Amino acid sequence: MSDLTRLSAADLAQKLTNGEVSSVEATQAHLDRIAAVDGPVHAFLHVSSDEALATAKGVDEARSKGEELHPLAGVPIAVKDVVVTRGLPTTAGSRILEGWIPPYDATLVTKIKAARLPILGKTNMDEFAMGSSTEHSGYGNTHNPWDLDRIPGGSGGGSAAAVAAYEAPLAIGTDTGGSIRQPAAVTGTVGVKPTYGSVSRYGLIALASSLDQAGPVTRTVLDAALLHELIAGHDPHDSTSLTDPVGAFADEARRGLAGDVKGVRIGVVKELSGEGYQPGVLARFEESLDLLREAGAEIVEVSCPHFDYALAAYYLILPAEASSNLAKFDGMRYGLRVEPTDGPATAERVMAATRGQGFGDEVKRRIILGTYALSAGYYDAYYGSAQKVRTLIQRDFAAAFEKVDVLVSPTAPTTAFKLGEKLDDPLAMYLNDVATIPVNLAGVPGMSVPSGLSDDGLPAGFQVIAPAREDARLYRVGAAVEAFLEARWGAPILTKAPELEVSK
Amino acid sequence: MSTPWRDEVARVAGLARIDLKPDELDRLAGELEVIVQSVARVSEVATPDVPATSHPLPLSNVFRADVPETPLVRDEVLAQAPAAEDGKFLVPQILGEDA
Repeated sequence: MSDLTRLSAADLAQKLTNGEVSSVEATQAHLDRIAAVDGPVHAFLHVSSDEALATAKGVDEARSKGEELHPLAGVPIAVKDVVVTRGLPTTAGSRILEGWIPPYDATLVTKIKAARLPILGKTNMDEFAMGSSTEHSGYGNTHNPWDLDRIPGGSGGGSAAAVAAYEAPLAIGTDTGGSIRQPAAVTGTVGVKPTYGSVSRYGLIALASSLDQAGPVTRTVLDAALLHELIAGHDPHDSTSLTDPVGAFADEARRGLAGDVKGVRIGVVKELSGEGYQPGVLARFEESLDLLREAGAEIVEVSCPHFDYALAAYYLILPAEASSNLAKFDGMRYGLRVEPTDGPATAERVMAATRGQGFGDEVKRRIILGTYALSAGYYDAYYGSAQKVRTLIQRDFAAAFEKVDVLVSPTAPTTAFKLGEKLDDPLAMYLNDVATIPVNLAGVPGMSVPSGLSDDGLPAGFQVIAPAREDARLYRVGAAVEAFLEARWGAPILTKAPELEVSK
Repeated sequence: MSTPWRDEVARVAGLARIDLKPDELDRLAGELEVIVQSVARVSEVATPDVPATSHPLPLSNVFRADVPETPLVRDEVLAQAPAAEDGKFLVPQILGEDA
């Protein structure tokens, strides 16, 4: 039954509904796949076999009794380890939270549990979601299923690698500057960062509260739409949660799959191409544009001049917010506590010793940078200026969306690079998110969908950006790109990935 | 060796309550200098007439009904604490002087 792992979530859900397969069979197939390939891939930090199978059994029993079930009931899912799960270990990739079992569920997990999707486990990530390669995890690297010597992107490399390696049909990611979309691009999968406030942040271990947003990680655009519909919606536990009704994302995805993009105005962001972008990545992007044009979309070039300042603004705003959010890791209420080796064990000294030992290099780097940017004498020049740039970027988006319905760009400037290649050069690492960051600064939604293989044989991503609250447009345009390209390739992009060696 | 950036990292690490080893101070001093010089370009366009944005979408204050909600299970919370006693978190002494 191993082919159950190759099905899209939508197809698997159909087979479950028809009674062709049971959720226990589907869940066991994915657990077997994890056992077979996750040694070298290392997408998972924790696999919750017993809990997943118990949920699956419950779904099968409910179905046999004819109970009303959510359309995705029984379809297994993986959850990024930055999302708290009651009773399952949650570390956010940090040693400072090693062994922590949260006493509550994130709202999106409550929704997943209510819809009865078996949770397969928790996926690897850069520590506290700080990184673009998952190399900053406190628990070892995740490896890209396309080439195990390469990065799976970050921070959500675990979730992206899990769906790319057929270890899960669905996964949850979080995206603060590109952590859903960039891993999707480099693993040949689909990732969506919803409009800020579309999905509740309650129970996400916060990185930068004004930028963080959870979203779907999948192999198809339709699956992303179905998962987005499940996890979205107003939550009184998150004061920034939108009260809008959840959009008809799956309907829009089906419209796009039928090729309906006639008259859609698509803006190509001039500033998100050119220098620093790999030629093969740009070539695949142009080809995708051609297909949209042939289908009747109007393609125009749009300039967003302040996007050139987005990276700099982001690396002030994010560290500033992170330095404040991470102050709670003080060794008092949860996680690690380290007592100083000499001198009095006062709370302040315990806190400093705990954080010195428990945080990794990148977390220390960003807390230091954020604390510096917020400290007296520097606040106006750095943090204050960065907030002004944020205004300018929002104005660029507003002006662009007066002319077009969606904006597009390559998701990431390059394909997956080798593990270790950029680890000692923080600025080079930060450049991976140059095309995804403006989206978070403005709170608008963005999607990455595969655009094909670059000259090096590795996948590249096509990014679609919509105005705030217009996430539905992503699904229509993204699904059309997917449909046009798959018609040309004859099969989904992941069928071109080398088969992973299976351990017995 | 003391340099302006190394001293700055040491000062900020104190504010952030992170113990850093000497080699970490050396490395972070070089990195902070490079990163700060790079991000400082935000000031090129941040002119006085541009208002600051702290939040992606306009926010208004949110209230909830003043009714009790189910709290977390106390023992489940305390079971995850580094130390607990008598149904409370057990923490190190708060003040620096001898008790």
